[in-house]
Amino acid sequence: MTNLYDVIIIGAGPAGITASIYAVRKGLSVLVVTKDIGGQAAWSGDIENYTGYQFISGPELAAKFEEHLRKFNINLKENEGAVGINKTNEGLFEVVTTRGRYSSKTIIIASGKRSRELKVPGEKEFKNKGLTYCATCDGPLFRGKTVSIIGGGNSALDAALQLINLALHVYIINNTPNLGGDVVMRQKVISAKNVTILNNAQVSAILGDNLVNAIRIKKDNKEKDVAVEGVFVEIGLIPNSEFAGLVEKNELGEIKVDSYNRTNIGGVFAAGDVTDVPEKQIIIAAGEGSKAALSAFRYLAEKE
Amino acid sequence: MAKTVKVYSTSTCPYCIRAKQFLTENNIQFENIDVSADHAKAQEMIKKSGQMGVPVLDIEGEIIIGFDKERIKQALGI
Repeated sequence: MTNLYDVIIIGAGPAGITASIYAVRKGLSVLVVTKDIGGQAAWSGDIENYTGYQFISGPELAAKFEEHLRKFNINLKENEGAVGINKTNEGLFEVVTTRGRYSSKTIIIASGKRSRELKVPGEKEFKNKGLTYCATCDGPLFRGKTVSIIGGGNSALDAALQLINLALHVYIINNTPNLGGDVVMRQKVISAKNVTILNNAQVSAILGDNLVNAIRIKKDNKEKDVAVEGVFVEIGLIPNSEFAGLVEKNELGEIKVDSYNRTNIGGVFAAGDVTDVPEKQIIIAAGEGSKAALSAFRYLAEKE
Repeated sequence: MAKTVKVYSTSTCPYCIRAKQFLTENNIQFENIDVSADHAKAQEMIKKSGQMGVPVLDIEGEIIIGFDKERIKQALGI
């Protein structure tokens, strides 16, 4: 007989880590399975809206979350993503991962979101060869170079604010008529001297030899190549919810939850960016994680 | 004899921090190379690994891209 956990938490970003801390403190037996620790928070640039920290970088906040998580004796499986969840005949759950199968009485899905891909020729070939989805991680490698950011929302602006201080020149390739995102960030980007914003423009290919040396852009029905050494893809996010076939989702693939973080399946809860909760913020994900753990605790208490 | 370990990293990348933590926890001495500060070393890393993502570990000539704990353990024999 394998271990039967009270709760298996899928994901260890702000939602999953907070859920783990709350679940353990409620005396539940917890298993965490996760691809990585920190989630998107670990990839964020400057964070100025997490209460208690007037300013903290994404990696620093993620490290603090991780430190808090490791303070407890939590069974943690890293580098191990979920690939499926099943309900057993006994009313229990089975979580299938890339490395094993685990049983539990409840599940909290907190698997977050991942970067959307461009789906253009050259994207796969040049990944990590000039093309990256993480300006925070790889930005410093492009010091003094000409780079491009694909996208026009807050994540593109965040990348731009990091890169304007490092790169020689920054092109922003935005496929809408105007940049979106927060006004404060937008103003900072627009007023930077080394930025060229190309609105109504689409990227149609990534070009290069061993490393990226240009991008092909379509604007006003004309194609042209722009010489760049870096391509930062910032075109939004998609939920990591494919493995959760059991639960109901919205048209974006986000898991539907009620205000108690319950999904349509009794015993399965979800929290954070993978859900349809309005607003995706670190502090909201953390709060949702705590709610989901308390709901799972209540569900177990009522059953027993 | 202890193997020579180099870690090519940037100060902002979470997996670089994790990789270095892992080495420290296992009492492995390593040379940390901040490729954001040292352009020549950045080129050296790109040449060695054929790519630009960090971290890159050079363990006695064996190149490991990313924080691949299993491969790192194997290369170090720990």
